[in-house]
Amino acid sequence: MATFPLEFVSPDRRIFSGMADSLHVPGAEGDFEVLPGHQPTMSALRAGVVSYGAGGTVSRFYVRGGFVDFGPLGASVLAERCMPLADLDAAKLDQEIKAAGEDAADASDGTAKRAAEERLGQLEGLKAALEP
Amino acid sequence: MPSLKDLRNRIASVKATQKITKAMQMVAAAKLRRAQTAAEAARPYAQRMEAVLADLAGAAAAGGQAPPLLAGNGRDGVHLLLVCTGERGLCGAFNSAIARLARERANSLKAAGKTVRILCVGRKGADILRRTHGADILDVIDMRAVKSPTFADVEPIGRRVVEMFGKGEFDVCTLFYSRFGSVISQVPTALRIVPAAVEAKEGAAAKAEPVVREYEPDQGAILAQLLPRNVTMQVYRAVLENGASFFGAQMSAMDNATRNAGEMAKKYTLRYNRTRQAMITKELIEIISGAEAL
Repeated sequence: MATFPLEFVSPDRRIFSGMADSLHVPGAEGDFEVLPGHQPTMSALRAGVVSYGAGGTVSRFYVRGGFVDFGPLGASVLAERCMPLADLDAAKLDQEIKAAGEDAADASDGTAKRAAEERLGQLEGLKAALEP
Repeated sequence: MPSLKDLRNRIASVKATQKITKAMQMVAAAKLRRAQTAAEAARPYAQRMEAVLADLAGAAAAGGQAPPLLAGNGRDGVHLLLVCTGERGLCGAFNSAIARLARERANSLKAAGKTVRILCVGRKGADILRRTHGADILDVIDMRAVKSPTFADVEPIGRRVVEMFGKGEFDVCTLFYSRFGSVISQVPTALRIVPAAVEAKEGAAAKAEPVVREYEPDQGAILAQLLPRNVTMQVYRAVLENGASFFGAQMSAMDNATRNAGEMAKKYTLRYNRTRQAMITKELIEIISGAEAL
């Protein structure tokens, strides 16, 4: 199976570095999947779930925004705050939603407020999707 | 001439100090390891971000629509110096080396007729700079409560710098911190973060075929998100490198102090023994000459 180099990093650590065969990200304009030979793309990320497949196993992570860059040298995911999806429970998600809500309430100028509200919306969507 | 009792007290106090410095050295060594791991863990992200930014910046510059955070706002009158130092002393020349670099820069900028503003991250740098540049210090950001800095801890600093730039409160921002080379080498470093110091890629990378990328949402929107994050990331990296440098500097300073205390204790012990021996000799002479006189 064809693979591509993937570098998945957050400010605190390197989460994954190696060959992957697929990558699924929540792009700013919709989720998309990257397979080997994908068109070079750069996208901002929404808050959501990033998953990648490497060596037959699929790992899933919750990210709070960031960027993905897919070029001839492989893919890089720059995640802003990141945790394994298994660690994300309803309580933590509620906390994130609360923080986003506070951000939205505190934001002084229009752009920041819009961004915070957007994230709030994304998080609520994620919560709805994750709930059984 | 100190008495025997004085000397005994002095030896005891030097030895007590030595125990403290020895303990501090070991604590610093343990904390250094953690700080170093944290600094190294942040490097891949910073490198990736630089690569992505360099890519985007090249494309934006070619399109002639680089945002001010990247290309500058065209002025060069007001300089913001972001001085990151430690919160504690007892670490050799660590804090003063960073402060000196910042002060030299501030002086040369002033000599060139520019306005200088200083934002201190860490109390120690402010203490040193207050003497000469007290009027220029805008604020001191206290990081004492933060044990091991996380990205979230420095986000407010990055946001503040970006906001100030947005309001036109400064034109160029330079970050001062100490790069961690090894336990014995911490290099005070100045790094321009606004406008972003993106290295123009020469040679191999420039010759490579320009990659046509698809941008989502669009190039400008991505840059607008990426640049403020880059500022925060640079501050974060500076804080982490500083943390590692601080403990490295403290470790070697405390190692020196322990050794000096050892030498001092040895010197005093020698003097104590000599004085003691001299007194015994003196007493013996007195007894003998007393017996002879009878």
